[in-house]
Amino acid sequence: MSGNPINPSVVDPVVDSALAAIAAATDLAALRASRQSTVGEQSEISQLNATIKNMPNEFKAEAGALIGAARGRLNQAFAAREAVLAAVEERAKLAAEAVDVTAAPTKLPIGGRHPLSLLMDQISDVFVGMGWEIAEGPEVESEWFNFDALNFDADHPARAMQDTFFVEPVESHLVLRTHTSPVQVRSLLERELPVYVLCPGRVFRTDELDATHTPVFHQVEGLAIDKGLTMADLRGTLEHFARIMFGPEAQIRLRPSFFPFTEPSAELDVWHPNAKGGARWVEWGGCGMVNPNVLKAAGIDPEVYQGFAFGMGIERTLMFRNGVLDMHDMVESDVRFSQQFGVSL
Amino acid sequence: MKVPLSWLAEYVDLPGDATPDSVMAELVKVGLEEEGAHGFSVSGPVVVGQVLEFTPEPQSNGKTIRWCQVRVAPEGSKAADGGEDVRGIVCGASNFEVGDKVVVCLPGAVLPGNFAIAARSTYGHISDGMMASGRELGLSEDHAGILRLGEIGLDPKVGTDALELLSLNDSAAEVNVTPDRGYCFSIRGIAREYAHATGVDFKDPIGNAHPETGNGFSVTIDDPAGIRGKVGCDRFVARHVTGVDATRPTPPWMVARLKLAGMRSISLVVDITNYVMLELGQPTHAYDFDKLQGGITVRRANAGEKLVTLDGQPRALDVEDLLITDESGPIGLAGVMGGETTEVTNSTVNVLVEAAHFDPVTIARSARRHKLGSEASKRFERGVDTRVAEYAAARVVQLLEVHAGGAADSLGADLNNVAPAEAIFLPLDFTTSLVGVEYTQEQISKVLTEIGCVVAVVDGGFEVIAPSWRPDITHKTDLAEEVARIIGYHEIPSRLPVAPPGRGLTLRQRQRRQALSALVGSGHTEVLTYPFFSEAQNQWFTEGLPFVKLANALQEESSQMRLRVLPGLIEAAKRNLSRGLIDIAIFEEGAVFLPAEKITGTDPLPSGVERPTDGTLAALQATIPQQPHHLALLLTGERVKQQTNIPAAAYDYSDAIEAAKLVARAIGVELELKAAQPKGFHPGRTAELLVDGNHVGFAGELDPALAADCDLPRRVAAAELNLEVLYAAATGVRQANPILVMPAATQDLSLLVDADLPAASLQATIVEGAGELLEHIRLVEDYRGSNISEGKKSLTFSLRFRAEDRTLTQVEASESRDRAVALANERFGATIRA
Repeated sequence: MSGNPINPSVVDPVVDSALAAIAAATDLAALRASRQSTVGEQSEISQLNATIKNMPNEFKAEAGALIGAARGRLNQAFAAREAVLAAVEERAKLAAEAVDVTAAPTKLPIGGRHPLSLLMDQISDVFVGMGWEIAEGPEVESEWFNFDALNFDADHPARAMQDTFFVEPVESHLVLRTHTSPVQVRSLLERELPVYVLCPGRVFRTDELDATHTPVFHQVEGLAIDKGLTMADLRGTLEHFARIMFGPEAQIRLRPSFFPFTEPSAELDVWHPNAKGGARWVEWGGCGMVNPNVLKAAGIDPEVYQGFAFGMGIERTLMFRNGVLDMHDMVESDVRFSQQFGVSL
Repeated sequence: MKVPLSWLAEYVDLPGDATPDSVMAELVKVGLEEEGAHGFSVSGPVVVGQVLEFTPEPQSNGKTIRWCQVRVAPEGSKAADGGEDVRGIVCGASNFEVGDKVVVCLPGAVLPGNFAIAARSTYGHISDGMMASGRELGLSEDHAGILRLGEIGLDPKVGTDALELLSLNDSAAEVNVTPDRGYCFSIRGIAREYAHATGVDFKDPIGNAHPETGNGFSVTIDDPAGIRGKVGCDRFVARHVTGVDATRPTPPWMVARLKLAGMRSISLVVDITNYVMLELGQPTHAYDFDKLQGGITVRRANAGEKLVTLDGQPRALDVEDLLITDESGPIGLAGVMGGETTEVTNSTVNVLVEAAHFDPVTIARSARRHKLGSEASKRFERGVDTRVAEYAAARVVQLLEVHAGGAADSLGADLNNVAPAEAIFLPLDFTTSLVGVEYTQEQISKVLTEIGCVVAVVDGGFEVIAPSWRPDITHKTDLAEEVARIIGYHEIPSRLPVAPPGRGLTLRQRQRRQALSALVGSGHTEVLTYPFFSEAQNQWFTEGLPFVKLANALQEESSQMRLRVLPGLIEAAKRNLSRGLIDIAIFEEGAVFLPAEKITGTDPLPSGVERPTDGTLAALQATIPQQPHHLALLLTGERVKQQTNIPAAAYDYSDAIEAAKLVARAIGVELELKAAQPKGFHPGRTAELLVDGNHVGFAGELDPALAADCDLPRRVAAAELNLEVLYAAATGVRQANPILVMPAATQDLSLLVDADLPAASLQATIVEGAGELLEHIRLVEDYRGSNISEGKKSLTFSLRFRAEDRTLTQVEASESRDRAVALANERFGATIRA
């Protein structure tokens, strides 16, 4: 019996030639144009396949297997080539779509928080993290809360120390609060003991606007009233606060001073390790142990409870912490001032 | 308080190299804050010269100068600048004679104002130095001619160093004295504090021996009621000094010290009283004895009484004013300022010296009432040492004797009603429990003794009598502070207290932050403006509202507190525009001030010594204006600038409305809109903002007329919201809606309606009519024009329907839509647009 007319020596050249044609296609159009002649009905392998039906039966199975394998290889090769060429063309298309990303248009304007308001929020977060709460109060305030309850005697020169805006008529006893301390009194009157509150807010004094003064400014005050608090607790709190605001190298220093609502009273300096022009001591605020008369005005027995208070100017803090040189920048509402900070200080 | 170092050195040992800065560095440790250093700013060779001869030389400019030969060193010696002993000097003054001793500034000297002296060519001569006036030396205001040393009682040798002679080489440290430390308004007080700061010995200028006080001069204190139960005067010392020559010059060292301490030299007698006040902290007064009529009575003013004070001002007196009077009537406002009628003049020969102690409250009120803060009142209102009056009087007498040629006699008065100081009990452990430092009994006792207290150790602590110069020490806390202060705050350890568990920010505080963050994230910039408005500004957006007015505004035209925030943003926008920043989206959050009605007077305030009753507190609270927080925003210019392939987009009314909605959503509520015509806004482009039917504010476009008045562009978008209404509406915990996952059906719906029907009304009707299958609705088009009849418009909505439990068919969706159309037709005559 002679050999099978469809054998590898017949099939292999057909496959090789078709594979070469597939490989030769350089783009998808050429590849697809070659489909009929490489893997389609008109292809040599299809024509060979068509001859099987006329072959003696004993050869059909073998020839069918051989042709089937060959067509499988060719279809696979075609698909692979198609994928490669499609990828190349997709890439070329993307390359053609390239833009100058550095010139991306701006469709949303830049916004920004005012740094003073942001700084008050940031300081509030420090104390909220320590379990303190944030207390607020009115800006037009009764003199009783602003002065009398804070141990400012009506006739004491300390009352004139703070240049106060009075509301007409003066018999109304209303003032623009000169500090956020009235919020301390309100907190003591309204809250249950112990009290640990931070009072940020806007305050007013009759200073003309210049490079370092403004009649409208902001303060943050802290108040802690509990059993057994001492000046050591005050120092510890201020140190913690200073380190968060000015870095782990920050230190604080207390100097004797006088405020009607605290005794002992101290001026607070902070060692600012990252100050412009080099690390140095900077005057930061005032503090002290709450005067027993303030506790009495709030109905608290100073023989049982005592505590500390501290306060600092937000403008001043922003000036030396973030290098703001002129108060005008903070009050003139120039959008560039807020926008340079965005939402972080 | 300015402290000349030479003066301070009389009572404490200063190091040889002490400077104002080194003294201030010590004083700050005990609570006296540094204010600055002061000196005469004169240096170099400044010597005593003698005019040998001069030639007047008239000049073409009409002036006559003198060409002088001046001896500046003893014959044959070198002058202080190393030059010749006689110098040719051109001098413009003509108040001197040959033989006068004068102050010569030789080349190399530097005078105040960095005025360097050099030999220079002038008026045809080489002028080899300068003869100086009092003003040129920084010693006085006298510039009528050069300073003639003979006139101030000096006859030094030629060549003497004039800086030392006139004390111009002295300098002063200035410290800030807090209101509780009245005694530090004296060299005596500062010296004591310096001793505390450094540990050096303090030599008290008043010593121990009681000086004579005299008697026989009638002084009566007639003040039965006093103020707050305190008699206005509890100590009055008077001394009589005769034969005074009031025309004598004040010694130059005294002039220099007064000058450095910040006081002008006036006349010898006045200078002496001022000098003693600075030295001991006790204000004193000198009356021309011969102008006094009878004895002195200290009493309150009668209604209608008047007094002309030393500054020449007539004063209408108040019945609370404490007066020094004689038989003629008021001769002085006690503790504040003397009167003109008994003033010491050059012709005064006999002097009555007064050193008294007045009640701080009385003096403070008088000084405030008459707007007459004086060096005396400053000290009395802070509290003067009750024991120093007799020493101060004696010191004035002594200086009058030495420098004015006077002689004291025994005539005088000495009234002493000073109440003895009460002992304060200081428990042994109190100081430690307050300060946190473990102080020993010995330490506490030592410090309190050092500051002048009388300390007795008793069971459980100390009985302490405060020194007479510390009226501020009335409570054990005051004593504890002294211990902490003198031992030093650096001893205080550090301990971080643990607060009880906190509740975090309040809902309102979080909502506020969310609103501000949302605005910033969408391209808005926060600003902070002053709340002081003119009447016109407050009327831009409101009419007829009561307002809070300041009694002492910095500018009278800005004396109203704001009723709205927006006017401040208009001013802010103007400033930005003026700086070329023309595209702005700014906002501000803050209080506005709304008195319930016209603010009126109230009862006197409750005292601060105890908790007022709840009723009193409620009454106080009722006087305080409502201060709701508002949020305003203002947008003008372009939101998007023209860029490659991107057209510019200007801000318009809709941006303001959208920002307002964003704020509300950040707080947790949805706004409803209604067309409105509020004052200050565009009547056709403004929405009233509501929540649950409650008014929140307005958003839209500013009235172009207002914008033009404010020099803003014609198109300005703006909004103002009362945040309190939003906060009140957004309370409680939100409940979740289930997220439906079955497939949706979408349809568009175009309805023809009257052109003036608000889209929101139609939309609400569609939602109502369509029922619960309608999941989402959005207005996509408002079309008018061709194919639409006049007075009508076509509104197209995109609708999305979804069922909870099944895939919705288009038939079901259409049925739902048809119900909506039917309801819209019934309400508004709406028809489907063909």
